[in-house]
Amino acid sequence: MKDYQDGYIKLALPKGRFISPTASLLAEIDLGFEGYSDKTKQYRLRSARFPSLSAKILQEKDISIQVAVGNYDLGICGSDWIEEFLVKYPAGALVKISSLNYGEGSIHVVASAGAGIANLSELSAGRNDYRIVSEYPNLAEAFALNLRMRRFRIFPVWGAAEAYPPENADLAVLWGKSGAYIATQGLIPLKRLLPVTAFLIANRESLESKDLSRILMCFSSKLTAEPQTSIESELDISEELKGTRPLWQAKEINLALPDGHQQAPTSQFLKQAGLALQGYSEEVVSRRPSADLDWLGIKVIRPQDMPLQVANGNFDLAITGEDWLLEHLYCFPSSPVKKLFALGFGTVKIVAAVSQEMPVNNIDELRSLVQSSKFAPLKVASEYINIADKYLRDNHINPYKLIPTWGASEAFLPEDADMLIDNVQTGKTLKQHKLKIIDVLFRSSACLIANKDSLASFDKKGKMELLTQKLRAGLK
Amino acid sequence: MQDLLPEGMLRFRRIEDIFRTCCRNWGYQEVRTPTLEYLYLFTATGTLTPSMLSKVYSFLDWDGWSGERVVLRPDGTIPVARLYADNLSGQELARLFYVTNIFAFEGTGKENRERWQCGAEFFGGAKFAPDVEIILLAEEVIRRLGISNVGLQLSHAGLVKALLKELKLSPGEEAKMTNRILEGNWQALTKAKSTNPEIERLIAALLGLKGKSSSFLHNVKASFPKASQDFKSSLEDLINVTTLLDKLGCSYKIDIAEIHGFEYYTGICFQFLAAGEKIGGGGRYDNLVPLMNGEDIPACGFALYVDPIMKLLPLEKEKKGESEILVKGKELTPEIVETCFTVAESLRDAGHPAELDFTGREESNYRWVVLVSGKEPSPFVLTDCIQRRRRDAASMAEILKVVSEG
Repeated sequence: MKDYQDGYIKLALPKGRFISPTASLLAEIDLGFEGYSDKTKQYRLRSARFPSLSAKILQEKDISIQVAVGNYDLGICGSDWIEEFLVKYPAGALVKISSLNYGEGSIHVVASAGAGIANLSELSAGRNDYRIVSEYPNLAEAFALNLRMRRFRIFPVWGAAEAYPPENADLAVLWGKSGAYIATQGLIPLKRLLPVTAFLIANRESLESKDLSRILMCFSSKLTAEPQTSIESELDISEELKGTRPLWQAKEINLALPDGHQQAPTSQFLKQAGLALQGYSEEVVSRRPSADLDWLGIKVIRPQDMPLQVANGNFDLAITGEDWLLEHLYCFPSSPVKKLFALGFGTVKIVAAVSQEMPVNNIDELRSLVQSSKFAPLKVASEYINIADKYLRDNHINPYKLIPTWGASEAFLPEDADMLIDNVQTGKTLKQHKLKIIDVLFRSSACLIANKDSLASFDKKGKMELLTQKLRAGLK
Repeated sequence: MQDLLPEGMLRFRRIEDIFRTCCRNWGYQEVRTPTLEYLYLFTATGTLTPSMLSKVYSFLDWDGWSGERVVLRPDGTIPVARLYADNLSGQELARLFYVTNIFAFEGTGKENRERWQCGAEFFGGAKFAPDVEIILLAEEVIRRLGISNVGLQLSHAGLVKALLKELKLSPGEEAKMTNRILEGNWQALTKAKSTNPEIERLIAALLGLKGKSSSFLHNVKASFPKASQDFKSSLEDLINVTTLLDKLGCSYKIDIAEIHGFEYYTGICFQFLAAGEKIGGGGRYDNLVPLMNGEDIPACGFALYVDPIMKLLPLEKEKKGESEILVKGKELTPEIVETCFTVAESLRDAGHPAELDFTGREESNYRWVVLVSGKEPSPFVLTDCIQRRRRDAASMAEILKVVSEG
């Protein structure tokens, strides 16, 4: 991928939270990219000043990995995702150049106010089996190992980590604006792991062998040895804090509902089914909406996390997508999660797509192309790594490499991946990015899933049936 | 990752055979633990250090939705301690040995990620006699392997821990200091500011001097009368072991700072060096079985590292395989091939290794070659490869007679 001859330099720029401060910084140092803003629909950007410099907009989680594997020479991304990578692969090819001195909040280890954990020494001394939920599984594991926690389990989640304690996790490792902000969520900050600031990072080999000086010079006025983040004062864990939220009461049946763009249609569906909820409308979003059924506990989490959370018994029922259920079952074939019925909304197609330039129209032609070793190994970007893995194995594509992504896999083609396996609604986005669909793996819509053990449980059976009947009524 | 070729396997088996024979002669019994163990076995304080834990291969168990994680066995001793706690804890004394592979991740991908160990563990028994037993057993194995110029270094985890306690650090600082020392950074200890000049003098003496006999430890004891009780009792323990080693004619060097990675050790620890490489090590780990929810039973053990020993093993002129006799057919007709199989079977039944050849190539590394021609009256030609003589043989009985007479 790398081209040393003409000094072509590739820069990875962050999506999301860091877009506007990064765009202002780039403008300030005269390294602006046209179209780098919140509203952009593009992924590929060209530098107005340096013809040999190009940039791509990626998810922050992907940037540290993409720079480390050498697809990009330079990148800008948050220190949390950099450390999440470095703590696992310290000898990797990722080099931190400097903090760029903007960013907000910190990564904290938190416990629930009601969980009875007040400090770290209780964790290392205790003989309990602690459940730690986090979007940062590597940081969470390093924390637990360094603290010498005797027994712990890490549950990686796609998001909404704050919703899990105390019922579904003992600890969470998550981002928070400040200790005080975390306390308002009914959580106790136990330890601040690191402040979140944007960093300029580089690929080690690029830095060692390629002339990046023109670009690095633009940053020179912004480079500092130490991040100038104000160290917020650690919060004292006082008694009054512990009482900020009423103690949680165990419910007989627990239901998980999706956040994100699945929320609106789900909310609509529940209304149709006659299930009145407070805190699950477009105006008011709570992680814990309440229903008029006093035995029903509800939490709002990411649909991606639901099959696993139903499997491990944290929830009895959940509304998620068939795609995420299948992704889970391909990984854990004996998992006790079962689809009850499809709900008929949120329908997408899971497709395999390649660049329009690639001379193939179906998977059989692609197989021959890979066999002819023109595209070997075939690099496949996907949010659904288990689905993609099975699809490629079933179709005897060999050799291939999977690139896990966190959505927007189309940004990876054609430079950083040869094929994507992702969901589409209309296929318009793919066309915009000059991609073509070569196979439809399956259609997926929202569905109700359940834990098989709960369905069989003497205590839960009756209420589970009552609730599923109610929801089934919403189908008409 | 590495392949072991036939020549390497001969060395490997030689080490294993000598180790097994010695262990059995000393009354040890062989055990085997699974390649996959639960991660939590290795996470508590007093098991593996965080830096070692960062190198384990761990992944979700088959029923991974429960979050349970398993590891590829990263250490030989901890699983055997678990095996003892789970299955044998009624026994007051258990002498166990094992030959096993252990796995450690390393970032460069160039080093070997699978290593082999021959280890022996002693559960139960009074202090210092088992310590000496395992040192002498390890030494005997090394001696029988024919490795020369082997150095034995002794240290004592209890002494180090007592020294750390004397520094009166906060629990957090003490944990950090322990980790640094476990990683081999002993300078950290000398840099630590102590309010007590006596402690600084003690640290300087222990890190600076290398003892060669128990007399050295008696000198230390006499020079530091104000040392803590913990320190003194650890010192006494080390004196007992070294005095016995002196009397049994085992030479060693006492070097407190030479040993690291001893997190689970509580008493004496030792390592063997040859040609600048560590070829084995061990020590006393009295807290490990209780940590595995077993009884409070003292234990000690050692492991020899097969990979560096293989490189040092004196190269013997190894015979090509075990096959003494080559049986070949003059032609590859079904009848002749069948006769070849029958002849070879009769030879093996009579206790002679016999290899078949179907390629027609000339081989000279055999004691005998039997050529099957199938032509009456003498369907076999027997070649004596040492005497370089050929003779016809009429029957299987005749072949067996000649071969048996040598």
